[in-house]
Amino acid sequence: MSHWLTPEEWTAVRLSLIVATTATLASLPLGLVVALLLARGRFWGKSLLDAAVHLPLIMPPVVTGYLLLIGFGRRGPIGQFLYDWFGIVLSFRWTGAALACGVMGFPLMVRAIRLSIEAVDRKLEAAAGTLGANPLWVFLVVTLPLCVPGILAGMILCFAKAMGEFGATITFVSNIPGETQTLPSAIYTFTQVPGGETGAMRLTIISIAISVAALFLSEWMARLVGRRIAVE
Amino acid sequence: MTAPVLDIAVRHRLGDFQLDAAFQSQGRLTALFGTSGSGKTSLVNVIGGLIRPQAGHVRVEGEALLDTARGVFLPKHRRRIGYVFQEARLFPHLTVRQNLLFGHWFVPHAVRKPAELDKVLELLGIGHLLKRRPGALSGGEKQRVAIGRALLTQPRLLLMDEPLAALDEARKAEILPHIERLRDEVGIPIVYVSHSLAEVARLATTVAIVDAGRIAGCGPTAEILARVDLASRPGAPEASSVLSAAVTGFDEAFGLARLATPAGELAIARGALRPGQQLRVRIMASDVMLSLAPPEGTSALNALPGRVAEIGERTGEGGSTVHLRLDCGDANLIVRLTAKSVASLSLSVGKPVYAIIKSVSVETP
Repeated sequence: MSHWLTPEEWTAVRLSLIVATTATLASLPLGLVVALLLARGRFWGKSLLDAAVHLPLIMPPVVTGYLLLIGFGRRGPIGQFLYDWFGIVLSFRWTGAALACGVMGFPLMVRAIRLSIEAVDRKLEAAAGTLGANPLWVFLVVTLPLCVPGILAGMILCFAKAMGEFGATITFVSNIPGETQTLPSAIYTFTQVPGGETGAMRLTIISIAISVAALFLSEWMARLVGRRIAVE
Repeated sequence: MTAPVLDIAVRHRLGDFQLDAAFQSQGRLTALFGTSGSGKTSLVNVIGGLIRPQAGHVRVEGEALLDTARGVFLPKHRRRIGYVFQEARLFPHLTVRQNLLFGHWFVPHAVRKPAELDKVLELLGIGHLLKRRPGALSGGEKQRVAIGRALLTQPRLLLMDEPLAALDEARKAEILPHIERLRDEVGIPIVYVSHSLAEVARLATTVAIVDAGRIAGCGPTAEILARVDLASRPGAPEASSVLSAAVTGFDEAFGLARLATPAGELAIARGALRPGQQLRVRIMASDVMLSLAPPEGTSALNALPGRVAEIGERTGEGGSTVHLRLDCGDANLIVRLTAKSVASLSLSVGKPVYAIIKSVSVETP
């Protein structure tokens, strides 16, 4: 692969994969909790939480990126706290790109998981309760396994969104080759320089290939799981 | 005096429906019997801990699982009550084996009986299904697995909510013997919800009649099903007499079996009966005619002498129907007649009569 991609291009591909994977895995625990709250919770401010989760989906990505910059930049309230206490810097780093991609993919992930939790038959959970399982066990051995197709779908959606994220990323962490230059940023850069068409085309093809591969992977996993939990 | 197996008194409002039920049972299999919507399922849900009633208590063998007066409410996962639902509710993502052992995992190690699985597999005849998934089972198989799963939690009480209602006749016939073995061999008291008179007559040792959220009557099966006052209620299922019987001999020439019952001797079609076999027979109230003289020149095989013990109120449209209870030998026989027949025979309590029985159904083959 590396002999028909330039080192810079190869770096962008690798970085994009790392950023998207990190974003997906890091969002998963929080995504599960929020999906569970929205699907099952009854509390004040539930619609507020719902709106906040969906905000990145409806706002212009640049706005999301700018808000991240204000909040998580070195001078931002959260960014400063993270740096002072944990030495974590997000702005202009690949971790910041992962954060931006995670935030953008989060609503898609929560939506898919929430729908799958809502589809779980509560009667099965009641049955598990009568068999001696306390609520935590019921969640772990009945609800969660039955949601696996939805969780997988949510992860794939989040990953795909992260692979393609451009606006929020470039606003928050800029476009630094080797640090924050993901695939879309690299393609954008190629289109801005004379003679960059071939490079842009190569990355475009790779981008399409990764998306299609992710789609097939999710279909295959969903079928695998679906066969195991065929509904009666 | 030992505590009753089950002691319930609950009051609970669900929308427009008021559940206000109290009964005690000492039986091995207590049937909650009533029409759909009478509150049977709500009542077992209270016992199982799926509904938390506004007031009342539930005691199983003296132990309070619920007592609102003392603030006791044991959550369902700590009640040790097995629950078999109408729709089996097997976990689709687990194999039959994993489904069966699901509740077993939650039994504390100290009291867990490891040999239990083999016993349950044998009892229910489901050993060959272990590796399958619920999606690949028939309705009857699913229900047997669900029963096994509940048994393996080593429950102190087994609730069965119309476990046969969703099955066809052949599947019912496949499961009923297993429930009988459960009742007779396992020693876990069972509460069985049903709207089928045939199931109740065949299985129950004790019956509680549920009507509009209340218990209309509770007691031994034969007694309750033959109670004139319960049969006279509007919309009540048809009354019938349940008799225990033993096969004493055969009339080979005509393919009949002779049965000894507390009410007297009966002849029925031999079918697959064996000599000495114990069984239960049921006689519908409408399948009995009364005659003042010993019947002659009728086609009926079975006529038992008895006395009128009780005459119920006139019921039905225009008060056309009357239920009567007869003393026949050592048993009661419930009879449904038209009010006109009662008048024309001038039946009164104590009057000797002959009960001509048109048909006898065998409830336990």
